[in-house]
Formats: sequence, C-alpha cells, structure tokens
Amino acid sequence: MPPGAPLTWYLGLSAVVFAIGTVGVLVRRNIIVIFMAIELMLNAVNLTFVAFARSLGSMDGQVIVFFVMTVAAAEAAVGLAIILALFRNRETTNADELVTLRW
Amino acid sequence: MTAPVFLLLAVLVVAAALTVVAHPSPVYSACALVVTLFLLSVFFVALDAQLVAVLQVIVYAGAIVVLFLFVIMLLNLTQPESRPTAGVPVVAVAVGGGIGIAALVAAALRRVPPAGAPALPEGFGDTAALARRLFTAYVLPFELTSVLLLVAIVGAVGLASRKG
Amino acid sequence: MPADVAIATAKVLFALFLALQIMGLGVFFERKVSALIQDRIGANRAAIFGFAGLGLVNTLIADPIKFLLKEDITPAQSDRLLHFIAPCASLVPALATFAVVPFGDVLALGGRLINLQGAELNVGLLFVLAMASLGVYGVVLAGWASNNRWSLLGGIRGSAQMISYEVAMGLALIGVVLTYNTLDLQEIARAQGRLLWGWLPAWGILYQPLAFVVFLVAGIAESKRIPFDLPESESELVSGYFTEYSGAKHLMFMMSDFVEVVLVAALVTTLFFGGWQVPYLARDGFHFPWGTAVALPSLVVALLQVTAFAVKVIAFTWLQIVIRWTLPRFRYDQLMRLGWKGLLPVSLANVMVSALLVLLAGRGA
Repeated sequence: MPPGAPLTWYLGLSAVVFAIGTVGVLVRRNIIVIFMAIELMLNAVNLTFVAFARSLGSMDGQVIVFFVMTVAAAEAAVGLAIILALFRNRETTNADELVTLRW
Repeated sequence: MTAPVFLLLAVLVVAAALTVVAHPSPVYSACALVVTLFLLSVFFVALDAQLVAVLQVIVYAGAIVVLFLFVIMLLNLTQPESRPTAGVPVVAVAVGGGIGIAALVAAALRRVPPAGAPALPEGFGDTAALARRLFTAYVLPFELTSVLLLVAIVGAVGLASRKG
Repeated sequence: MPADVAIATAKVLFALFLALQIMGLGVFFERKVSALIQDRIGANRAAIFGFAGLGLVNTLIADPIKFLLKEDITPAQSDRLLHFIAPCASLVPALATFAVVPFGDVLALGGRLINLQGAELNVGLLFVLAMASLGVYGVVLAGWASNNRWSLLGGIRGSAQMISYEVAMGLALIGVVLTYNTLDLQEIARAQGRLLWGWLPAWGILYQPLAFVVFLVAGIAESKRIPFDLPESESELVSGYFTEYSGAKHLMFMMSDFVEVVLVAALVTTLFFGGWQVPYLARDGFHFPWGTAVALPSLVVALLQVTAFAVKVIAFTWLQIVIRWTLPRFRYDQLMRLGWKGLLPVSLANVMVSALLVLLAGRGA
C-alpha cells in the first residue's frame, strides 16, 4: 500500500459508508432514497475491491468493480422503470403504502 | 496518498453519504450522491485504478444519478415523507455501527501475517491491463453482462412505456 | 518537487488562458459573423473615447460589465442553493476538460522536457467523456431550481438531449481509439505527425472521416447550439432552462455555452486535424519532403505549434458559429430521432469497419 494510507483505513471507510447505506435502506420511506442508499452500499463494496486489488497486485478486483458498475446500471434502469410504473398506478412513493404483496 | 489528504477526503465522503441518507429532500440526496461518487473516484485514482475511476464518473455519477434525478423531477417527488426521517440517534447508529465493523476488520487483519505489498506490474490499473484481464479470464461474465444489459434495456422500456 | 508543481500549475493556467481567450474571441465572432451573415453591421455603439473597435469594446468590455452589474434575482420559493450551484455545475466541467487538451508538443526548458498538456492522463479521452456527462447536472438543476414550469421542461429536454448525444459521441471516439491505440490525447496528436507516402500529413480526418462528422454533430448537440438548441430556444421557451437567471449567473451560462464551443473545436482539432501539428514541423525544426531542413530552437517550435493549435481552434469555432446562424432549429422529436436512429447506427458501423480495417492492416504489416 502507498505509505500513509494503509489498507485498513480504506476498509474502514468502506465499512462506514456501507453502514450508512444500510441504515438508509432500513430507515427511509421514500423509495428513491432507498434506492440511492443501495447504490451507496454498492460503491462501498467497490472501494473494498479496488483497495484489495491494489494491495494484492491483481487486476481481478478492478474487473469485478467493472462488473458491479455494469450490473448496478442495469439494476438502476429497471428499478426506476418499476418505480415509474408503480407511481402511475398508486400515486405514492412511500414504501409504507406499497404493501399489496403482503399477506 | 498521504494520511492527512486521506483523512480529509474520508471525512467528506462520510459527510456526503450521511447527507444522502439523512436529507429530507430527494434532490439534495441525489446531489450528495454525486459528490460521494466523485470523491470515491478520487480514491480510486489514489489506488492506481485510473480506468475504474473514470468509468465511475461516466457511468455512476454521470448516468445513473442523472436517471435518478430525472425520475425525481418527472414524478415531482419532492414532498416530505409522512414520518420524520433520520434524526440524531439514527446517524449515531450508522456511524457507530460502521466504525464497529471497521474495528473488527482491523482486528481480523492484524492476525494475518502482514504480506509485503507486491511490486505492481507495469501499467497496473491501465485500460490495457483491465482489458487483458477482462477478455481472457472473464470473457464469459463479460458476454453475460452484455446480455444482461440488453435484457435491462428491453425491460425498462417495456415497464415504463406501458399505457395506463 | 516545487519546480514540478510550478510547471504543472503554469501549464494548466496556460491551457485555461488559451481557452478563455478563444472563448472571448468566439463571443465577438458570434456577434460580428452573425451580422455579416445577416447583412448588417452588428453592435458598434459602445465606445471608449470614440474608439469603438469594430464592436470589440461593445462585446468584450461593455457586455461583461453589464452582466456583472445587473441585479441577481433568485425566484421566490425556488431552491436557493441549487439555483446558485447550477451555473457553476455547468461551467466547471467544461473548463476542466481543457486540462487534457494538448496545445503543443514538448518544450525543452532548463534541461527538462515539458509536455505541453495540462494533465497527462493515460485515460484522457475518457476524462473528456466524464466531464461531458457531468455537464448534464448544470442543466437539470437549473431547470428544477427555477420553480418555473417552462424551465423544468427545458431542463429535462436539454438533459435528455445531452445524454442521448453522449452515446454517439462516445462511439465516434471509439473509432479514433481503435486507429491510434491510445486514449491519451497527446499521443493521438503526436501520432498525426507521420507522413503518408512521404508528403501527406497523416491527420485523423484521413483515417476517420465518418467519426469526424459524427463527433462534430454530436458535439454541437452536446453544447446545445443551434440547430440543437431546443432546450434554450430563444424564440419559444424564452430562455428555456436558464430563464430565471440574470446577471452574473446568466453570464456563467453564456460562458459555458461558448467554452463548450471552443472545447468541441479543440477536441475536433486534436483528434482529426493534427492538434498542434504543423505540417513537416518536428521537434528540432522543419523537415520538408523535398529535402530542405530548417533547424529551429525548441521555443520557436513550441510557439509555432501553439499558434497552429490556436488558429485551428479558432477556425472550428468560426465554423460552429456559421452553422449556428445558417441552419434552422430541429424539432425535439427530429433531434432525438437523429441522435438515436441516425448517429448511433452510423457510429456503430464506423466502429466495426474501423476494427476490421485495423485488423487487416495489422496482419498485412
């Protein structure tokens, strides 16, 4: 690792951002913000992968990040389309009110 | 990347991430997300991952969050939520939990004998290096990802354009 | 170490200086060239002690002073912070891109070779695309923060247009990357110094003519210039997404418009017209194909190259201004159709043909 910023620090930062994202998913009721918190979690994981890639000298970590980004883009597109369709039917984005599948 | 620069950027990242999660207005959350992604891209550059850093800005900050902003503005989702959002205790839990996990990770890593950082090959993090890895060892996931993107395009267009 | 920092700062400042000077010239051209095309004289009333300087005083001194002294109005119930940030978000990425545009080859100064490029990134072209994607935020935030239905409409249409043409722009650039096998703009500019058949400078336009056309059209659409200026259509949406901006913020939007014009011109020059290359000029002087060689000191060579770069950029800025005052505006659906059904397939075909040709040329060599 380059001097001054050991691997542990990067992992620590990634853990903190991941925790913040998780809290966002659990606490917020607005679907879009929940989605954004999920993106935050994915990015924290990206940081971990890149940090380990640098620490182990292997490009595999960066390839995985490439795939994570692509899948996240696809997921964001489909997820937002679902939200649009939901909004058209229910006029709400409050996750507390989107409970039709609950039995 | 020297320690003070790292600490400064890390504080900014955490602040931006907290804004994403805690701010009542979704538009501000989206803007804070852009800032977070951009700062993470700076970290990627410091970690010798130049291509991934630029891709992060192009794909994540420049396309995905724009999509989020579009949906927020088209649906005019700027009304405050019914239940009050992240207060101080929630923020504390978030940061506390994160630091706790970080401490566990640090402790775990200390048990592993410290491996000397291997000398990085020439052109590490370069486009050529990533491409070489991608098209040899990971060519199957690459092709599957392109199929996935096609499916996502078809699905998104189909879902969003249904009438009524 | 301090010398490196000083040199890097000087290079970046010089690149910015060049960009802003040509932008100022572009603003002046806009008024004068439009006047010439429309058979009138143009602004020439503002004068200092009777010296009106062909309208230069009006455009470059009176106009900025007017903009800066106008009252800065923020609409009621609008989002003040975002209203303030949007013009910055529009201008900063456009200016930041100039960090990777090379304006000369190398300058031998004090025993070291200084690469005349603001920042030597080995992913320079992707940096350009990244800054182009970040430019969308200025538009979308301006439209939303104005608390005005028409601004929002202009903002959303503008950003949809920008992200559509980003795709075509990126694909056109892939053809260029295939030809030169590098993403670094300085290497691409250097590679265009070769001579084909001993006398023809191997500029990019000879290798990628289709990519040039696609990139130019996509670049004009990205900067929302006429014929693609529906988001700010002056005769229809008042000013579209920046209707509610006055004074200095309006000036920043205007500036970002012209900075993007200069940026597209600079990128087109670097990728397709040799950048700073002067035909037959190498690092140590002229080497004419008929045998004569003129030795020149490094400073003179660098000056010639910077001047050539500036001249070419000014030429393409002028071209975009003439296009602006000649063509009518695209309707929104025509605009989107051109982007997705016109430019995208063409640039995809260009990528495939380029790849095939590069493969065949590599086999034969």
